[in-house]
Amino acid sequence: MSEQHIKLPEGSIEKTTTTLNLGPTHPATHGVMQNILELDGERIVSAEQTVGYIHRAFEKIAERRPLYQITPLTDRLNYCSSPINNMGWHLTCEKLLGVQTPKRVDYLRIIIMELARISDHLICNSIVGVDSGAYTGFLYVMQYRELIYEIYEEICGSRLTTNIGRIGGFERNFNDIAFRKIEKFLDEYPRVLKEFENLFTRNRIFMDRTIGVGSISAERALNYGFTGPNLRAAGVDYDVRVHSPYSSYEDFEFDIPVGTTGDCYDRFLVRNQEMWQSLRLIRDAYQKVQEFKGAEADVYHADVPEYYLPPKQDVYTKMEALIWHFKIIMGEIDMPPGEVYNSVEGANGELGFYFISDGGRTPYRLHFRRPCFIYYQAYEELIKGSMLSDAIIVMSSLNLIAGEMDA
Amino acid sequence: MLSNEHIKQRLIEKFNDQVYGFEEPYGTLTFEAPREMNLKVLNFLYDEEDLKFRFLTDLCGVHFPGQGEKELAVVYHLHNLEDNVRIRFKVFAPLSKPDIYTATGLFSSANWMERETYDFYGINFIGHPNLRRILNVDEMDYFPLLKHYPLEDQSRVDKDDEMFGRGGSIGFGTAKTDHGTVVEAEKHNAGEEKV
Repeated sequence: MSEQHIKLPEGSIEKTTTTLNLGPTHPATHGVMQNILELDGERIVSAEQTVGYIHRAFEKIAERRPLYQITPLTDRLNYCSSPINNMGWHLTCEKLLGVQTPKRVDYLRIIIMELARISDHLICNSIVGVDSGAYTGFLYVMQYRELIYEIYEEICGSRLTTNIGRIGGFERNFNDIAFRKIEKFLDEYPRVLKEFENLFTRNRIFMDRTIGVGSISAERALNYGFTGPNLRAAGVDYDVRVHSPYSSYEDFEFDIPVGTTGDCYDRFLVRNQEMWQSLRLIRDAYQKVQEFKGAEADVYHADVPEYYLPPKQDVYTKMEALIWHFKIIMGEIDMPPGEVYNSVEGANGELGFYFISDGGRTPYRLHFRRPCFIYYQAYEELIKGSMLSDAIIVMSSLNLIAGEMDA
Repeated sequence: MLSNEHIKQRLIEKFNDQVYGFEEPYGTLTFEAPREMNLKVLNFLYDEEDLKFRFLTDLCGVHFPGQGEKELAVVYHLHNLEDNVRIRFKVFAPLSKPDIYTATGLFSSANWMERETYDFYGINFIGHPNLRRILNVDEMDYFPLLKHYPLEDQSRVDKDDEMFGRGGSIGFGTAKTDHGTVVEAEKHNAGEEKV
């Protein structure tokens, strides 16, 4: 009698697997993404991903915004390391406009980008710890993430979605407080990172949970479009900072850590080693910045009058500055026509910006090449045949940030 | 060293006049081909030992309204990781018949990128294993990034963006045609009931 009223889905009585909805709101998924898993007992038979829960139509919005109003959109891509997104966007605009930034600006940008990379890798690695049951690491390094956010706050005013920098440089020079905080970070952080490594790297339980889990070969990774630490863990040493150096990365010496099997343990180790290399870069860049003396030490932006707001005292006294200020704020600057693709090494991989300009005031087409979106496709292949708990660890070790996945 | 000239020579040798529109904006070789040839060109660039474009960096769509046969574009960004060379390859399709062969057989990363391009532009990728919307809701019945759709859904009556300049959101995309607004005209053309 009751079967006449209940309409069951096709094949749901005969099927032998369990459907588990690892739903969009779940404490283990970092950000909103859904996985519908078919489980045979505890083994995963198949997985289907649903993304788009935080799709905010950035590409459509960007077609109606002048260039500096698109920077806050780029913040919200990979929100754990938003300075890298901002710098990537500014570099793309500078490539289109043909702007050369002075060396000091490049070195300051490197400091900020590497701090963002450390912040993102810290979040990822400590969350891998949390997902395997070890909460202490996450809470302990929180203090140093706070210090990084305080450094951003000194420069741009915001902590997380920073909108840092301008086309051609920075909005203000780094003040003494910012430099002191950077020095404090350089002094204190190595010891903290060492302690964090001691917690996990040779920890028997952590190694059992992560070695051999979610591994991928280099060929499959390249075919899936992996970039960044996930690809380097699989053995391919592709890093945009070395392949096509931007922002004077070629002036610095740093190593690229590479793994072998591409499993979660390798990804964890690669990210840790990248944090050490980032520290090295920040230290070298900081020393180079300190070497600028006199008038050179006051340079913090290139001369781009069409896109860089003039200082307020000039706006009130000089005619040209007033005109530029008006034109910039009212959005009446036309861009040169052209199409450009520029990419930077984001914390997750190659973050690309494909920008088509038709000579108007806003982009004709702006497309973000988002690494998370591209490599999340491989998730099913990574977890097929493994246990449910492995699926959680793989998801967090891939460093999936929902903002970057959906844009 | 693999130079843009060399790539261009090899492409012209193999495909004669079926590859055209060679340009080098900002140092990246860009060219076009008819849409039936897209897989042949991609396979050629993948297989040849002196070209080796084996990494698909990006796949996206662009809409050029009013261009007839060349209205919708699919742009492939390919990367040769060993010699560090990037190229850009475009295929075009008309809005009335936006069919393009899928590249998922060659690059697994094209799967979701083509779904995103379908979601935004309505380009039908022939042979795609799972062509449905990925970022927008499944019930959406139009393709939002086409230029004749406004940034905001016109059904809201509680706000008026006219004062915000640049045309606001009223009147943009609501231009009248013989069958009502542009959105209604599309539905009519697709054979559905006129609202």
